[in-house]
Amino acid sequence: MGFLDIDNATKSYGKVEVLHNVDISVQESEFLVLVGPSGCGKSTLLNMIAGLEEVTSGEIRIKGEVMNHVHPSKRNIAMVFQSYALYPNMTVGQNITFGLEMHGVPKSEREKAMDKVARLLQIENLLSRKPGQLSGGQRQRVAMGRALVREPDVFLFDEPLSNLDAKLRVDMRTEIKKLHQNLGTTIVYVTHDQIEAMTLSTRIAVMHNGYIQQLGTPNEIYNSPSNLFVATFMGSPSMNLLPVRINVDGNDVQAETTNGKGEAVSLTFHNPSASLKEFNGKSVTLGIRPESLTDLEGADQRSEHIETINNTVDVIEPAGSDTFVTTTMGNTECIGRMRADTNLKPGAETSFAINMEKVVVFDPETEMRIA
Amino acid sequence: MAISSQDTAIRTGRITRTFIYLVLTLFALFYMLPLYVMAVNSLKPLSEITGGGMMALPQVWTIEPWLKAWSTAQVGVQATGLKPYFWNSISMVVPAVAISTILGALNGYVLTKWRFKGDTLVFGFMLFACFIPFQIVLIPMAAVLGVLGIAGTTAGLVLVHVVYGIGFTTLYFRNYYAVFPTELIRAAQIDGAHFFQIFWRILLPSSGPIAVVSVIWQFTNIWNDFIFGASFSSGDGAPMTVALNNLVQSSTGVKEYNVHFAGAILAAFPTLLVYIVAGRYFVRGLMAGSVKG
Repeated sequence: MGFLDIDNATKSYGKVEVLHNVDISVQESEFLVLVGPSGCGKSTLLNMIAGLEEVTSGEIRIKGEVMNHVHPSKRNIAMVFQSYALYPNMTVGQNITFGLEMHGVPKSEREKAMDKVARLLQIENLLSRKPGQLSGGQRQRVAMGRALVREPDVFLFDEPLSNLDAKLRVDMRTEIKKLHQNLGTTIVYVTHDQIEAMTLSTRIAVMHNGYIQQLGTPNEIYNSPSNLFVATFMGSPSMNLLPVRINVDGNDVQAETTNGKGEAVSLTFHNPSASLKEFNGKSVTLGIRPESLTDLEGADQRSEHIETINNTVDVIEPAGSDTFVTTTMGNTECIGRMRADTNLKPGAETSFAINMEKVVVFDPETEMRIA
Repeated sequence: MAISSQDTAIRTGRITRTFIYLVLTLFALFYMLPLYVMAVNSLKPLSEITGGGMMALPQVWTIEPWLKAWSTAQVGVQATGLKPYFWNSISMVVPAVAISTILGALNGYVLTKWRFKGDTLVFGFMLFACFIPFQIVLIPMAAVLGVLGIAGTTAGLVLVHVVYGIGFTTLYFRNYYAVFPTELIRAAQIDGAHFFQIFWRILLPSSGPIAVVSVIWQFTNIWNDFIFGASFSSGDGAPMTVALNNLVQSSTGVKEYNVHFAGAILAAFPTLLVYIVAGRYFVRGLMAGSVKG
């Protein structure tokens, strides 16, 4: 049993089921991120935890107590909304203490709590202003202050950074992470931004079409995606997927494909699993992350198994810190991540290093991972 | 505001501009004419009016007609002037406007933020109330007032006007609250505010513009209403409009036009005041609803 349990929770609107049997157990001081494209049900799930949406079937428990029919204000949760939802007619100070006031906390204690939170978030000088007079970043802080002041069991964040400009978003991201590290609070955080999910979370639940596609640490989600959806949704640029034919040769298993000039290329798998061998002679989807398809000098020195192939460079995209190189394998465009100072030219022929420890294989029919 | 409107204004030549202003001034004068006639004639002795020259300025200025209209003219049985009826109207309009506006706000709040099955149907029926002609409800309304035991009282008139006003006030507030962010309501719910706390503390303080629209609309309609006032009030309880009619329509004695004019201006004064005080908020409130909606 965890700190926050979502036990077989389902949500239907009329006959349409939008969330199917979700099971997540969140431990205390964990940072769980719900990530997925819009319409995947992540916000619905968050609202169900908050009590803003009914649970159709299943249970939501906080500290072992069933919350299904408990009013939002009595769940000891706090929520930060995408639009911040600051009360426009109240000052920042009143915004922060409104929840305490509604819970009947005496004025002196409210002010003490407000001062503490204001100091923590460095908004002491804003307390007498109205939300309309604040910048986006300041509003974001106030919204977090309003959540923090209640000292809730669980913090719920509903895409809190999507309304900020790019630079501020990165700053606030770090700030939220710092806050979590310092206070050790339990957080459920909804976002559609996979980078936010990777950087902030201790665990990620990738959602799609109302199903949890995969629940795991950022490392598991990134390196061992359980299906094609997770593989392509997480990571930017997204994972290269190319059709290959499996060829079992004694203990070795090879993936057979072609390079840009149509010449046969064969990649030997590292520690092939038994399930992969069963696909002998069949076509599967091979997944290679861009950083696993690189130049020889940039290849992971600690990897035990690097395969090298010759291929043609199609397009060069310098991105400052890296250079993205497009090439063709198995009639599919593949993107490789190379060092920034690579001096390749489009059309050049070069050696690509493929880190076979990191490649993954999917069954093209079920879209599930084989190896 | 001023700068942007200057920038977007269509540039016109001097002649066109003069022409436009000339026409506008003429129209303005034309519209002001009735008020002018009323004002000058209310400040003349009766002999000057009956002697012709309705458009002329008074030769002898007097406020006697005003005093008479206000306090000594024969309106009912007693020679009380319009004064008691003015207060009748005030004691009818103020509660009727306040109650219908608050109920409209509550309805708007429920219809947008506490949606329930069939809420659009309920709203549809309320809208329908805006289109029912007064005459149709006169007899059923009289029956209802009789059953409630408030026939012929100010309370009865307040009820009638509240019932008629709710359709309009609900429409105003519903459209205003429809664009009010629901996340704020949710945040307040999580903060532990209850139904009425959210309404008083979060929603109402942000409803200034639309409340002004509702108040002006209701005040004007209820103050100016004649048919309900004439049907559902009796004798000394009549509102200003009915009293003015009684004053002007009296079939005995000399027709004191100067007193009638003064009385008419007195009857129009409160609505005029409301527009002057709150007029600019009125336009702002209408705009706020329309642009965001």
